[in-house]
Amino acid sequence: MVRDNKKKRVVIAMSGGVDSSVAALLLRDEGYDVIGLSMQIWDYSTFVAKEGEKFGTCCSLDDIYDARRVAEQIGIPFYVVNFEEEFRRHVIDDFVDEYFRGRTPNPCVRCNQRLKFELLLAKARDLGAEYIATGHYARIERESDGLLHLLKGADPGKDQSYFLFTLTQEQLAHTLFPLGGMTKPEVREIAARNKLRVAEKSESQEICFVPDDDYVRFLEEERGQGRLSGDIVDKSGRKLGRHDGTYRYTIGQRRGLGISHPEPLYVTGIDAERNEVIVGTKQELYTSGLTASEVNWITPPAGETVEASCKIRYRHSPVPCTVTILHGNRVEVRFDSPEKSVTPGQAVVFYRGDEVLGGGWIDKAGTGDQGPGTGEMR
Amino acid sequence: MIYMDHNATTPVRPEVLEALLPYYREHFGNPSSIHWAGRAVKGAVDAAREQVAALVNCDPSEVVFTSCGSEADNMALKGVAAAQRDRGNHIITTRVEHPAVLNTCLYLENQGYEITLLDVDREGMLDPAALEAAITPRTILVSVMHANNETGVLSPVGTIGEIAARYKVYFHCDAVQAAGKVPIDFKGNQLTLLALSGHKLGAPKGVGALIARKGAKLHPLIHGGSQERNRRAGTENVAGIVAFGKACELAMQEMASESARIAELRDRLEQGIMSRIPDVRINGHREERLPNTLNISFAGVEADSLLLSLDLEGIAVSSGSACSSGALKTSPVLAAMGIDPVLARGSLRFSLGWGNSATEVDRVLQVLPGIVERLRKSGEK
Repeated sequence: MVRDNKKKRVVIAMSGGVDSSVAALLLRDEGYDVIGLSMQIWDYSTFVAKEGEKFGTCCSLDDIYDARRVAEQIGIPFYVVNFEEEFRRHVIDDFVDEYFRGRTPNPCVRCNQRLKFELLLAKARDLGAEYIATGHYARIERESDGLLHLLKGADPGKDQSYFLFTLTQEQLAHTLFPLGGMTKPEVREIAARNKLRVAEKSESQEICFVPDDDYVRFLEEERGQGRLSGDIVDKSGRKLGRHDGTYRYTIGQRRGLGISHPEPLYVTGIDAERNEVIVGTKQELYTSGLTASEVNWITPPAGETVEASCKIRYRHSPVPCTVTILHGNRVEVRFDSPEKSVTPGQAVVFYRGDEVLGGGWIDKAGTGDQGPGTGEMR
Repeated sequence: MIYMDHNATTPVRPEVLEALLPYYREHFGNPSSIHWAGRAVKGAVDAAREQVAALVNCDPSEVVFTSCGSEADNMALKGVAAAQRDRGNHIITTRVEHPAVLNTCLYLENQGYEITLLDVDREGMLDPAALEAAITPRTILVSVMHANNETGVLSPVGTIGEIAARYKVYFHCDAVQAAGKVPIDFKGNQLTLLALSGHKLGAPKGVGALIARKGAKLHPLIHGGSQERNRRAGTENVAGIVAFGKACELAMQEMASESARIAELRDRLEQGIMSRIPDVRINGHREERLPNTLNISFAGVEADSLLLSLDLEGIAVSSGSACSSGALKTSPVLAAMGIDPVLARGSLRFSLGWGNSATEVDRVLQVLPGIVERLRKSGEK
């Protein structure tokens, strides 16, 4: 099949990793007029100098160097755009605020939502590009209903559709995912065959701006130590111990509680207003559902309720559920059977088979008839 | 391809390339050597020294060749600071200096020196009276640029020279952007130190000079052998120095006619933009300005989109200053001038040079309005 890609301009978001590098190469070979862009999200002059060490993160100065060298190697123009302020405002501040609200944020979705598919897409349009492309493992297909559908990547181990639930029809119409139909080994193979300098490069880590993975230290450097310390309690409010800040805890966490108890205890809830960390047995981690807000439907739902399966975190196998649409872009999700560790601040993403129907941000564990305060959780 | 970024660097002039090539071939000697190979190049370095001296009106013995303009600035500031420590620890400079001066001053501040940063007005002009008022008995050095790299605005060098001489304070002038574009008078303006760079006037990168008045007390930055009258150790970059000399000679010969020609092109560009594109603002004093530089803000546009779009059309210009990643950041020079940050974000610098023609200016004028209009439309969304 010969597509008419002649002179169609596409901006590829290059992180300096193997995925976006191969994506750039594939687009070039398909005949697009490809421009590489990297986002500068840190002021490296202060960041690197202060720490004085090399960071293995997405979008570090070393990664921008790699992206530039790959662009030179494959012969496409390459630029770096300065999104320091925007990254600070939309991603880092949100990340910190969420932890201090007792939630566990997902900065990668925010970065996709606010930076890549808004600001970077706008920048691409400024440069006369029809499309923005990324190295995400996900697919976009136009189906007979005339709508664009977002599908899982073909590599089940690498599928990144979870991170893309915020995309709109308008954004999808200007987005390309060249790696959607590929597996990671295939991508590495293409990189090696074309002698891309990043062919052997390791995967980027979880949170790019927390290079040592010590997010607690990061939060305390941002907002200071000793805030939100308080009691560790059980579901009846009985005090079991003390903690140094609610933001140190995540739902489902078992380690670091410092409480001796006949049964293993897990964090089952965080009450940032009362500075309380609520713990319980493994059984108490299970809830019947959740409520979520800021819901985006990639294709409009047919009725008031939707039978689907959902992922409540990235590394989660979809579980069957019923989604009830509420007013104000909110939904209630009822799992077919209780699910463990529903975590406010994470995204819930709805699937039907391989298709992403939409998603939203988890506000609360539990459903209307069996929610927090009704016995299941405090 | 159209190159209008001559304040960043200039193409090497063909005559300059011709002049330097023998020093990468048969004339390979070390100028410090006594034998034929050394003698063959020693004379060339001396001749270049005279050519540089002629361009800035100093004595050839006052020319110290360096690796670049930044080295010359570092040597002036750190060298004077170290040598004059017993006299005082106060240095006066301006907020609009090149990073080679500003960051060196920041370094010295961390080392215990006192730094006064003088403001400029909305047109980028320095008030000599403010400079005079800032001088204290502890002041050892005044450092003011001859011409600003971003706006092209000229400093009142003669007046500052008089003030500095009256208070017996050293005066260092960063003339990296001015050299070859406007006359420089080291002696007449009573300068103590002056920084130059080769690649801004048609020589290759990797050579510069610090002009240091005879008897001026400053420590070397690089210690070692006795090259450059003990002011700067290290085997000379002979080919670079020869090229620098040749470029200065050409600049000297052509300055009057070439400056007028380039000013005419710049004005054609400036008037063309003003008449074709609404809501633009010229940054910097309209008269007291280098003949080749146009710094202009486009309201409602991001400079990086503008710069990238022009690049994709083969037109090279620049904006603000770059981070180590290559991303743009808002210009501290425009901020110091009190330009609204939103407007400053949409600022471009066109800097013309000897290769530019009226046809090229017209091509820019053909392309630019459409790009600005497109970006303004997309910004409204």
